[in-house]
Amino acid sequence: MSILKATGSRPSLSRPRPKVEPVKVFSFITLVVTTFLMLLPLFFMVSTSLKSKREMLKFPPTFLPESWQWSNYKDIFDTLQFGTMYMNSLIIAGLSVFGTLLSSALVAYGFARYRGKGNQFWFILLLSTMMLPYPAIMIPQFVLFSKMNWIDTFLPLIVPAFFGSAYNIFLLRQFFTTLPDELFDAGRIDGCGELRMWRTIALPLSGPALATVAIFAFIYSWNDLLTPVLYLSSSEKFTLPVGMASLTSSRFRIPPWHLLMVASVLAMVPIVTLFAVAQKQFVEGIVLTGIK
Amino acid sequence: MNLRESRRQTFYMYMFISPWIIGFLVFALYPILSSLYFSFTDYDIIHPPRFIGLANYTEMFHNDLFWKSVTVTLRYTFISVPVQLLLALGFALLLHQTIPLRGFFRTAMYFPSMVSGVAMSLLWYWIFNPQIGLFNYILSWFGIQGPAWLMNPDTALYALIIMTFWTAGSGMILFLAGLQSVPASLIEAANLDGAGRFRIFLNITLPMISPVLLFQLIMGLIDSFQVFTQAFVMTQGGPNYSTWFYVYNLYTSAFKEYRAGYSSALAWVLLVVVMLFTAIIMKLSKRYVHYEGGGHK
Repeated sequence: MSILKATGSRPSLSRPRPKVEPVKVFSFITLVVTTFLMLLPLFFMVSTSLKSKREMLKFPPTFLPESWQWSNYKDIFDTLQFGTMYMNSLIIAGLSVFGTLLSSALVAYGFARYRGKGNQFWFILLLSTMMLPYPAIMIPQFVLFSKMNWIDTFLPLIVPAFFGSAYNIFLLRQFFTTLPDELFDAGRIDGCGELRMWRTIALPLSGPALATVAIFAFIYSWNDLLTPVLYLSSSEKFTLPVGMASLTSSRFRIPPWHLLMVASVLAMVPIVTLFAVAQKQFVEGIVLTGIK
Repeated sequence: MNLRESRRQTFYMYMFISPWIIGFLVFALYPILSSLYFSFTDYDIIHPPRFIGLANYTEMFHNDLFWKSVTVTLRYTFISVPVQLLLALGFALLLHQTIPLRGFFRTAMYFPSMVSGVAMSLLWYWIFNPQIGLFNYILSWFGIQGPAWLMNPDTALYALIIMTFWTAGSGMILFLAGLQSVPASLIEAANLDGAGRFRIFLNITLPMISPVLLFQLIMGLIDSFQVFTQAFVMTQGGPNYSTWFYVYNLYTSAFKEYRAGYSSALAWVLLVVVMLFTAIIMKLSKRYVHYEGGGHK
């Protein structure tokens, strides 16, 4: 039961019939207006991506393309090695998600299920690293990775994910603490090893929490600009954000807006797909782990 | 817990958390300490660092661009973070009611948050275009002649602030989850006692969701102090340094001017400021933030 509904349903003496509450009418109108404003840029992103080079420069902008240039979606792959960049981003994000899930789930399990010495100390340290701004450590990290000859490879973008990330560890730890001890006691009596309990008891019960972490990790890696800008120098290794950022660079006097919008639409596809597939699990995951 | 059991627990705990401990030492602690050392040196990343004492820090405080970046970043943060939080909370309250098309509205509000990063910067780069962009076109419906947004030093920062409101949907989701955890029985009881809508919100709902609010406030501040993508893609810090964000300044010093020592000093100041802000907020919030069971997480 919702707050506003609960408070809005005070018994009314005048009319016995269910009435239209003014608060809800007002809310509804507000929502229609804001949703319209929120969706308008998205609508134009898609619509502009289907316009011709000439039409994209028209003012006022046309709502729907006069002639639908589906070929834009083919043309983008002829510009700027778009396909290669897309694949690079998918590979990097895919491996980062795998690394984050594996390591964060292990570490979170350690924090949640074992009351070992130093548990509190390390956990507080973990939480405080969430405050650590990446720019504060990026220069020494750069020096470190260049000593290892990792510059212009994907390794600096992938390897750190395999050592867990604070936010996701915290989220999974909150979830793991809610799993009943009896399950693990039963497993122990059956002679189950600790690592096997993690894999066969904890993980299968954590679908929504793991889905949430996977989505966070994917979005983080997929959208990241600063790290790939620092580490990738040859254009065939660029990720999508780096390639797209270069589209606005000075070598275009007039930015090719229609192609930029094609790129933006295509950049959204994996994220939207991920949400469509995992939406239920994702929302459940946020509620269950109670990010608070 | 007997000694053997306690040893067993400790052993397995460290076995499981060791990946993070190693990662922490290699990718966080070591870099932070080296960064501190670099900040006292003249260092171009290629040649070995040369110790110069506090010179980087004294230079920083006499550097106009440093102060510019501080003002720009603080102004951006202090406007965009509170407004975005209020919007997110407002949307969440609206959508927590049973209302027609609720599912559609929730999805629609959240959708823009899926276009973050460079794609969002490109889209809004077009929206703010004074000749062909959407923003001034909509303003023209109301007879307003819009400014040149990103090309005008007076408006560029505000354009970037307006852009952040578009992604209030991601905060909304967290607030919605928080609102769901407010027990309906509490509200019904208050309702029976004759408390009004506003009082219930102030005395029950708000305290119950205060941990979500605190979490988002701190994370929002930390993210906002680190704005980079918008400056890199849309404005290159301009026009006339009006969007010269702190991290953009830091990036430029290190990787364009090859002054990694000076840049490390900037990094340390950022680190200290973030820690200070977080500590102050945590301290102030102790009295206002309510955790179930009175414990802390």
